[in-house]
Amino acid sequence: MTYEKHQFHASPILIEEIAPGLRLSLRVKPAHRATLARAMGLDLPSRVGARAAAHGAEALCLGPDEWLITAPEGAGLPKAARAVYSDAPHSLVDISDREITLRLSGPAAVDALTTCCPRDVAAMAVGTAARTVFDSATVIVWRDGPAEFRMDVWRSFAPHVRALLAQVETEFHAGL
Amino acid sequence: MLLIHCPYCDDTLPELEFTYAGEAHIARPADPSALSDAEWRDFLFIRTNARGPHYERWRHVGCGRFFNALRDTVSDRFLMTYKAGEARPDLNNPTLTREAAE
Repeated sequence: MTYEKHQFHASPILIEEIAPGLRLSLRVKPAHRATLARAMGLDLPSRVGARAAAHGAEALCLGPDEWLITAPEGAGLPKAARAVYSDAPHSLVDISDREITLRLSGPAAVDALTTCCPRDVAAMAVGTAARTVFDSATVIVWRDGPAEFRMDVWRSFAPHVRALLAQVETEFHAGL
Repeated sequence: MLLIHCPYCDDTLPELEFTYAGEAHIARPADPSALSDAEWRDFLFIRTNARGPHYERWRHVGCGRFFNALRDTVSDRFLMTYKAGEARPDLNNPTLTREAAE
Protein backbone atom coordinates (compact mmCIF):
# COMPACT_ATOMS: atom_id res chain seq x y z
CA MET A 1 0.00 0.00 0.00
CA THR A 2 1.30 3.39 -0.88
CA TYR A 3 0.84 6.55 1.10
CA GLU A 4 1.84 10.16 0.76
CA LYS A 5 3.54 12.00 3.62
CA HIS A 6 2.58 15.64 3.97
CA GLN A 7 4.57 18.34 5.69
CA PHE A 8 2.19 20.44 7.77
CA HIS A 9 4.86 22.38 9.63
CA ALA A 10 4.63 26.14 9.48
CA SER A 11 7.13 27.85 7.22
CA PRO A 12 10.34 28.53 9.18
CA ILE A 13 10.58 32.00 7.69
CA LEU A 14 8.26 34.47 6.01
CA ILE A 15 9.74 37.29 3.94
CA GLU A 16 7.40 40.00 2.75
CA GLU A 17 7.67 43.53 1.48
CA ILE A 18 6.04 46.23 3.62
CA ALA A 19 3.84 48.88 2.00
CA PRO A 20 5.78 52.11 1.40
CA GLY A 21 5.51 54.94 3.94
CA LEU A 22 7.20 58.22 4.71
CA ARG A 23 10.91 57.91 5.50
CA LEU A 24 12.97 60.92 6.54
CA SER A 25 16.67 61.41 7.16
CA LEU A 26 17.33 63.97 9.89
CA ARG A 27 20.66 65.58 10.68
CA VAL A 28 20.76 68.02 13.58
CA LYS A 29 23.40 69.06 16.10
CA PRO A 30 22.87 67.45 19.53
CA ALA A 31 22.42 70.94 21.05
CA HIS A 32 19.23 71.49 18.99
CA ARG A 33 17.88 67.96 19.38
CA ALA A 34 15.46 68.70 22.23
CA THR A 35 13.92 71.74 20.48
CA LEU A 36 13.26 69.79 17.33
CA ALA A 37 11.90 66.78 19.20
CA ARG A 38 9.43 68.99 21.05
CA ALA A 39 8.27 70.64 17.82
CA MET A 40 7.71 67.30 16.08
CA GLY A 41 6.15 65.64 19.13
CA LEU A 42 8.55 62.75 18.66
CA ASP A 43 11.38 61.95 21.03
CA LEU A 44 14.84 61.73 19.42
CA PRO A 45 16.89 59.20 21.41
CA SER A 46 20.56 60.06 21.89
CA ARG A 47 21.97 56.54 22.15
CA VAL A 48 22.95 54.96 18.82
CA GLY A 49 20.52 52.14 18.00
CA ALA A 50 17.74 53.34 20.32
CA ARG A 51 14.20 53.95 19.02
CA ALA A 52 11.27 56.10 20.08
CA ALA A 53 7.70 56.00 18.79
CA ALA A 54 4.76 58.40 18.96
CA HIS A 55 1.55 58.85 16.94
CA GLY A 56 2.50 56.13 14.44
CA ALA A 57 5.89 57.71 13.74
CA GLU A 58 9.16 56.19 14.82
CA ALA A 59 12.62 57.72 15.27
CA LEU A 60 15.82 55.70 15.22
CA CYS A 61 19.15 57.14 16.31
CA LEU A 62 21.68 56.12 13.63
CA GLY A 63 24.62 58.25 14.76
CA PRO A 64 25.47 61.03 17.20
CA ASP A 65 23.75 63.61 14.95
CA GLU A 66 21.72 61.44 12.59
CA TRP A 67 18.21 60.03 12.90
CA LEU A 68 15.93 58.03 10.65
CA ILE A 69 12.23 58.78 10.99
CA THR A 70 9.47 56.59 9.62
CA ALA A 71 5.89 57.78 9.59
CA PRO A 72 2.62 57.13 7.80
CA GLU A 73 2.23 58.76 4.39
CA GLY A 74 1.27 62.45 4.67
CA ALA A 75 2.40 62.94 8.29
CA GLY A 76 2.91 66.55 9.38
CA LEU A 77 6.44 66.08 10.72
CA PRO A 78 8.31 68.03 7.99
CA LYS A 79 5.96 71.00 8.43
CA ALA A 80 6.40 70.98 12.21
CA ALA A 81 10.18 70.82 11.83
CA ARG A 82 10.22 73.68 9.31
CA ALA A 83 8.39 75.91 11.79
CA VAL A 84 11.32 75.80 14.24
CA TYR A 85 14.08 75.92 11.63
CA SER A 86 15.48 79.26 12.84
CA ASP A 87 15.75 77.98 16.44
CA ALA A 88 17.04 74.54 15.54
CA PRO A 89 18.84 74.49 12.16
CA HIS A 90 18.69 71.00 10.70
CA SER A 91 18.53 69.00 7.51
CA LEU A 92 15.42 66.90 6.95
CA VAL A 93 15.41 64.97 3.70
CA ASP A 94 12.62 62.82 2.30
CA ILE A 95 14.19 59.45 1.42
CA SER A 96 10.93 57.49 1.16
CA ASP A 97 11.78 56.22 -2.30
CA ARG A 98 15.39 55.32 -1.55
CA GLU A 99 14.78 52.08 0.27
CA ILE A 100 12.32 49.24 0.45
CA THR A 101 11.48 47.49 3.70
CA LEU A 102 11.34 43.72 4.06
CA ARG A 103 9.74 42.02 7.03
CA LEU A 104 11.35 38.77 8.13
CA SER A 105 9.42 36.72 10.63
CA GLY A 106 9.37 33.16 11.86
CA PRO A 107 11.64 30.96 13.95
CA ALA A 108 14.40 31.01 11.30
CA ALA A 109 14.48 34.81 10.89
CA VAL A 110 17.56 35.20 13.10
CA ASP A 111 19.38 32.44 11.20
CA ALA A 112 18.47 33.99 7.85
CA LEU A 113 19.99 37.33 8.85
CA THR A 114 23.03 35.64 10.37
CA THR A 115 23.90 34.11 7.00
CA CYS A 116 24.86 37.51 5.56
CA CYS A 117 25.14 39.99 8.47
CA PRO A 118 28.49 40.08 10.31
CA ARG A 119 26.85 41.66 13.36
CA ASP A 120 25.59 39.40 16.15
CA VAL A 121 21.90 39.66 15.24
CA ALA A 122 20.80 37.21 17.94
CA ALA A 123 22.33 39.51 20.60
CA MET A 124 20.37 42.57 19.41
CA ALA A 125 17.84 43.68 22.01
CA VAL A 126 14.17 43.70 20.98
CA GLY A 127 13.12 47.26 20.19
CA THR A 128 16.50 48.37 18.88
CA ALA A 129 17.83 48.75 15.36
CA ALA A 130 21.21 49.05 13.70
CA ARG A 131 22.73 50.05 10.42
CA THR A 132 24.96 47.23 9.27
CA VAL A 133 25.92 45.39 6.10
CA PHE A 134 24.16 42.46 4.45
CA ASP A 135 26.70 40.82 2.17
CA SER A 136 28.34 44.26 1.63
CA ALA A 137 25.03 46.08 0.96
CA THR A 138 24.25 48.69 3.62
CA VAL A 139 20.99 47.84 5.39
CA ILE A 140 19.16 48.85 8.54
CA VAL A 141 17.97 45.94 10.66
CA TRP A 142 15.11 46.60 13.10
CA ARG A 143 14.32 44.01 15.73
CA ASP A 144 10.59 44.20 16.51
CA GLY A 145 10.28 40.92 18.38
CA PRO A 146 12.28 37.82 19.29
CA ALA A 147 11.58 36.38 15.83
CA GLU A 148 10.44 39.43 13.93
CA PHE A 149 12.69 41.80 12.01
CA ARG A 150 12.43 44.57 9.48
CA MET A 151 15.20 45.32 7.06
CA ASP A 152 15.55 48.53 5.05
CA VAL A 153 17.44 47.90 1.82
CA TRP A 154 18.48 50.47 -0.77
CA ARG A 155 16.39 49.69 -3.83
CA SER A 156 19.40 49.23 -6.10
CA PHE A 157 20.70 46.52 -3.75
CA ALA A 158 17.26 44.94 -3.29
CA PRO A 159 17.49 42.35 -6.13
CA HIS A 160 20.82 41.12 -4.73
CA VAL A 161 19.47 40.90 -1.17
CA ARG A 162 16.21 39.26 -2.28
CA ALA A 163 18.12 36.67 -4.31
CA LEU A 164 20.29 35.78 -1.33
CA LEU A 165 17.28 35.54 0.97
CA ALA A 166 15.44 33.36 -1.57
CA GLN A 167 18.38 30.99 -1.59
CA VAL A 168 18.48 30.93 2.22
CA GLU A 169 14.74 30.25 2.29
CA THR A 170 15.13 27.33 -0.09
CA GLU A 171 17.82 25.85 2.12
CA PHE A 172 15.67 26.20 5.24
CA HIS A 173 12.74 24.50 3.50
CA ALA A 174 15.05 21.69 2.46
CA GLY A 175 16.07 21.30 6.11
CA LEU A 176 19.72 22.26 5.61
CA MET B 1 37.56 38.37 12.12
CA LEU B 2 38.80 41.45 13.98
CA LEU B 3 36.46 43.06 16.48
CA ILE B 4 36.71 46.85 16.65
CA HIS B 5 35.31 49.07 19.36
CA CYS B 6 33.40 52.06 17.95
CA PRO B 7 33.69 55.01 20.38
CA TYR B 8 30.46 56.57 19.08
CA CYS B 9 28.27 53.44 19.26
CA ASP B 10 30.15 52.28 22.38
CA ASP B 11 29.98 48.75 21.06
CA THR B 12 32.50 46.21 19.83
CA LEU B 13 31.57 45.17 16.32
CA PRO B 14 32.91 43.06 13.45
CA GLU B 15 35.57 44.44 11.14
CA LEU B 16 33.28 44.19 8.08
CA GLU B 17 31.31 47.22 9.32
CA PHE B 18 34.47 49.36 9.27
CA THR B 19 36.62 50.99 6.62
CA TYR B 20 40.24 51.99 6.99
CA ALA B 21 40.84 55.66 6.15
CA GLY B 22 44.58 56.31 6.38
CA GLU B 23 46.85 57.79 9.00
CA ALA B 24 45.33 59.99 11.72
CA HIS B 25 46.40 63.36 13.12
CA ILE B 26 47.43 64.88 9.79
CA ALA B 27 46.15 68.43 10.06
CA ARG B 28 45.18 70.24 6.88
CA PRO B 29 47.29 73.41 6.49
CA ALA B 30 45.46 76.55 7.60
CA ASP B 31 46.86 78.59 4.72
CA PRO B 32 47.55 76.17 1.83
CA SER B 33 48.84 78.84 -0.58
CA ALA B 34 51.65 79.76 1.82
CA LEU B 35 53.13 76.26 1.66
CA SER B 36 56.23 75.40 -0.31
CA ASP B 37 56.23 72.46 -2.75
CA ALA B 38 58.19 70.34 -0.30
CA GLU B 39 55.68 71.02 2.48
CA TRP B 40 52.79 70.13 0.13
CA ARG B 41 54.54 66.89 -0.78
CA ASP B 42 54.94 66.04 2.89
CA PHE B 43 51.31 66.83 3.65
CA LEU B 44 49.94 64.85 0.71
CA PHE B 45 52.21 61.85 0.45
CA ILE B 46 54.67 61.38 3.29
CA ARG B 47 53.35 58.98 5.94
CA THR B 48 54.83 57.38 9.03
CA ASN B 49 54.61 53.75 7.83
CA ALA B 50 55.05 52.67 11.44
CA ARG B 51 56.15 49.22 12.49
CA GLY B 52 54.26 48.80 15.75
CA PRO B 53 51.65 51.17 17.19
CA HIS B 54 50.09 53.27 14.44
CA TYR B 55 47.58 56.11 14.79
CA GLU B 56 44.97 55.71 12.08
CA ARG B 57 41.46 56.70 11.04
CA TRP B 58 38.57 54.31 10.59
CA ARG B 59 34.97 54.82 9.56
CA HIS B 60 32.03 52.89 10.96
CA VAL B 61 29.13 52.25 8.58
CA GLY B 62 26.71 51.91 11.51
CA CYS B 63 26.98 55.47 12.81
CA GLY B 64 28.67 56.93 9.72
CA ARG B 65 31.44 58.47 11.82
CA PHE B 66 35.19 58.65 11.43
CA PHE B 67 37.17 57.90 14.58
CA ASN B 68 40.80 57.31 15.46
CA ALA B 69 42.40 54.05 16.45
CA LEU B 70 45.77 52.99 17.75
CA ARG B 71 46.63 49.67 16.12
CA ASP B 72 49.78 47.61 16.30
CA THR B 73 50.77 46.98 12.67
CA VAL B 74 52.78 43.89 13.63
CA SER B 75 50.20 42.01 15.69
CA ASP B 76 47.13 43.70 14.09
CA ARG B 77 45.80 44.28 17.60
CA PHE B 78 43.72 47.39 18.30
CA LEU B 79 45.24 48.98 21.40
CA MET B 80 42.47 51.55 21.70
CA THR B 81 39.98 53.64 19.75
CA TYR B 82 38.93 57.21 20.49
CA LYS B 83 36.70 59.89 19.03
CA ALA B 84 37.90 62.15 16.24
CA GLY B 85 39.21 65.45 17.59
CA GLU B 86 40.47 63.98 20.85
CA ALA B 87 44.14 64.30 21.74
CA ARG B 88 46.57 61.64 20.60
CA PRO B 89 46.93 59.10 23.45
CA ASP B 90 50.32 58.74 25.07
CA LEU B 91 52.17 55.66 23.85
CA ASN B 92 53.96 55.36 27.20
CA ASN B 93 50.64 54.80 28.94
CA PRO B 94 51.16 51.60 30.99
CA THR B 95 47.68 50.20 30.20
CA LEU B 96 48.44 50.37 26.47
CA THR B 97 51.79 48.63 26.70
CA ARG B 98 50.31 45.90 28.90
CA GLU B 99 47.64 45.19 26.28
CA ALA B 100 50.26 45.16 23.55
CA ALA B 101 52.35 42.63 25.46
CA GLU B 102 49.46 40.20 25.84
